[in-house]
Amino acid sequence: MADTLRYREDEPVDHPAVTVDAFLDQSNASAVRIEPGDDARELVPHLERLALVEVNFPAFGDGRGYSSARILREAGYDGELRAVGDVLVDQLAYMRRCGFDAFEPDQQLDMDDVEAAFDRWPDVYQKAADTRTPIWAKRHS
Amino acid sequence: MRLLTGNDLKTGAVTWWTGKDWSIHIEEAVNVSGNEDEIARREEAARRVNVPYAVDAEMHDGSPRPSHIKERVRALGPTVRPDLTLKPADPEIGNWVI
Amino acid sequence: MYKYDQYDQAMVDARVEEFRDQARRRLEGKLTEDQFKPLRLMNGLYLQLHAYMLRVAIPYGTLDSRQMHALADIADKYDRGYGHFTTRQNIQYNWIRLEDAADILADLAKVEMHAIQTSGNCIRNISSDHFAGAAADEVVDPRPYAELLRQWSSFHPEFSYLPRKFKIAVIASEKDRAAMRLHDIGINIVKNDAGELGAAFYVGGGMGRTPMIAPCINPFVPLDQLVTYCEACLRVYNRCGRRDNKYKARIKILVHELGAEEYTRQVEEEFAHLLEQGVEPPHDELMRIIRMFEAPNTDQTAPNDIDRSDPDFALWVDRNTVAHKASGYVSAVISLKPVGGIPGDATAKQMHLMADLAKEYSFDELRVMHTQNIVLPHVRKADLHALWTALDQAGLGSPNLDTVEDIIACPGLDYCSLANARSIPIAQRISERFAETGKTGTLGELKLKISGCINACGHHHAGHIGILGVDRKGVENYQLLLGGSEAEDVSLAKITGPGFDENGIVNAVETVTTVYERERQDGERFVDTYRRIGMNPFKEALYG
Repeated sequence: MADTLRYREDEPVDHPAVTVDAFLDQSNASAVRIEPGDDARELVPHLERLALVEVNFPAFGDGRGYSSARILREAGYDGELRAVGDVLVDQLAYMRRCGFDAFEPDQQLDMDDVEAAFDRWPDVYQKAADTRTPIWAKRHS
Repeated sequence: MRLLTGNDLKTGAVTWWTGKDWSIHIEEAVNVSGNEDEIARREEAARRVNVPYAVDAEMHDGSPRPSHIKERVRALGPTVRPDLTLKPADPEIGNWVI
Repeated sequence: MYKYDQYDQAMVDARVEEFRDQARRRLEGKLTEDQFKPLRLMNGLYLQLHAYMLRVAIPYGTLDSRQMHALADIADKYDRGYGHFTTRQNIQYNWIRLEDAADILADLAKVEMHAIQTSGNCIRNISSDHFAGAAADEVVDPRPYAELLRQWSSFHPEFSYLPRKFKIAVIASEKDRAAMRLHDIGINIVKNDAGELGAAFYVGGGMGRTPMIAPCINPFVPLDQLVTYCEACLRVYNRCGRRDNKYKARIKILVHELGAEEYTRQVEEEFAHLLEQGVEPPHDELMRIIRMFEAPNTDQTAPNDIDRSDPDFALWVDRNTVAHKASGYVSAVISLKPVGGIPGDATAKQMHLMADLAKEYSFDELRVMHTQNIVLPHVRKADLHALWTALDQAGLGSPNLDTVEDIIACPGLDYCSLANARSIPIAQRISERFAETGKTGTLGELKLKISGCINACGHHHAGHIGILGVDRKGVENYQLLLGGSEAEDVSLAKITGPGFDENGIVNAVETVTTVYERERQDGERFVDTYRRIGMNPFKEALYG
């Protein structure tokens, strides 16, 4: 497995993530893994229990995880949000905008490419789950 | 017979496996029956071809002619713009395709 | 029309550099074709039947002369001297090299153009009324709203890996000139009884394998919630659209399988949530865009009379000009359908000419119609003769708008790897047949659309007469359909019966027009007669 990229200051969770079903049953897990078919909104009432949410991307073309991430951030989740699986460098910037702050890709990424990816966009057109100010706000500040 | 075809990665041109390299001229294509997967894999990995696949063909007047009309259009060019095909001066080419 | 500010320019420039880097990584082998494909598609670059094909975006079909000149230059410099205008108001180049693609995007960026999201499973070019800003019947110019949504949808971080492509159309009139009901989202800007503007949302239309007419899911969304409502529609689709089967992945399938009521309920729930997330641009932003679409400074004293003494000119005026809201002006349609020609194609020389004519006669503005013709939206009646003379000399003066010669055809098997049959030769032979028999005028409004495969890029389901090319045991075969419409009287065409070969389909089209001539009553168009008398008389004539 490739290196995990993590953009948080706090300590990472030290136990494995459980499935959504298991998390909703158990009372002591603080890490959960969302599959593409899961409804992230089921976690919303339990966010204070969570320190890590992994979102699985079994195939990079399946974009459901982007919505899952944003939904959680909109609900106020501020723990680690980690994109796992078929994550290519070309998806990193959008993932960051959707609220992901950690990445665990199947294939090792070239760190120069990663840096270029995060530096790519001078501005953004939409308000999303990151802190970037959209162009429309800059135009009318 | 089976022909191996693909596109040139850089230019996008339709190419045919000649036995030693890739040509835009289907007349130079060879029968790859039995070896298609191995050749395709090797050539694609070396980036000498993009998205290769095999097609059925028959010999026709000494040259391979794909069995399916789509591959014949692909081999030659658009029937509605003979000037843009590989054989702009050939009056018989419409019959070869269709 | 919209002009980029430094933010817009920086974004397209960044996109060019991103693609340049992606293409380099592909050529070096750092990206496989499977990894590269969605990335190049999001920049409009297909690997097509003959070469790479590049689809350049023409946002809501609007461009100026500088941009049209640039499109012509690209055709000459990087392609084979021509371009193809598409059924979504874009332009396509068929002979592109991957090694040139980033340079082409850089050339486009210099004139505020791009190929962003013209393919791929993302939000595509947003289309609109080709007579926007000129049509007397519009409630408001729809294009500022299309521009607002264009920016919202560009590089959208949540909606770039959708189950499938997503097409949006925006109009603002009762007459639907953009096939709005046949889009994934169709928006019609309307006025309520209090005189306020709002957006009626139609979601789940489309053509392809399973054509569907979009139901109205909300008849009046306030315009200051437009982006938020779109975001809600897209989020429900991204989360719930099918991903198990490529042919069932469009939003129309989701709306159909959930039912419009349930889909609407989910959208409204998401909408209520998103209203609290501050995703909507401020009113000032909309006003900033609207100001760029102010009406042209037309001459109030422009004369209304036209010298009709030249019968060829008079015919062109009658057929190819459309009433304008300003007295003394018309919108003029440049036909890209010369008899026997390739529908929608224009040479670089013709593009340069159209650009010059737009600059001189149409306030430097052109529009691309989804029916593959070009509009000069604001032409003084007094200038029409000079305009027509120039067009006629260049093969652009065919007086055949909305007639049987004004055929919409996808590129078909001559150009497209998805196709089952050639569509262009059929279009050529049909237009030649009717020109020969002299019937074009007597048949009146007759919208004929040809698709070379079930993906329906020729919109054959929406043709008064539609033709679908199929593969019948390796031989091209053509199905005939009747009674479709993409306008406000939207309907889906029905198949007549067994298909025909290449000769047969041309004869079949002629046969059904003969039935129409025999049966029609006062003022009826072909499609009106069909709707009144039904399929049987046509079936009888075709199959005996």
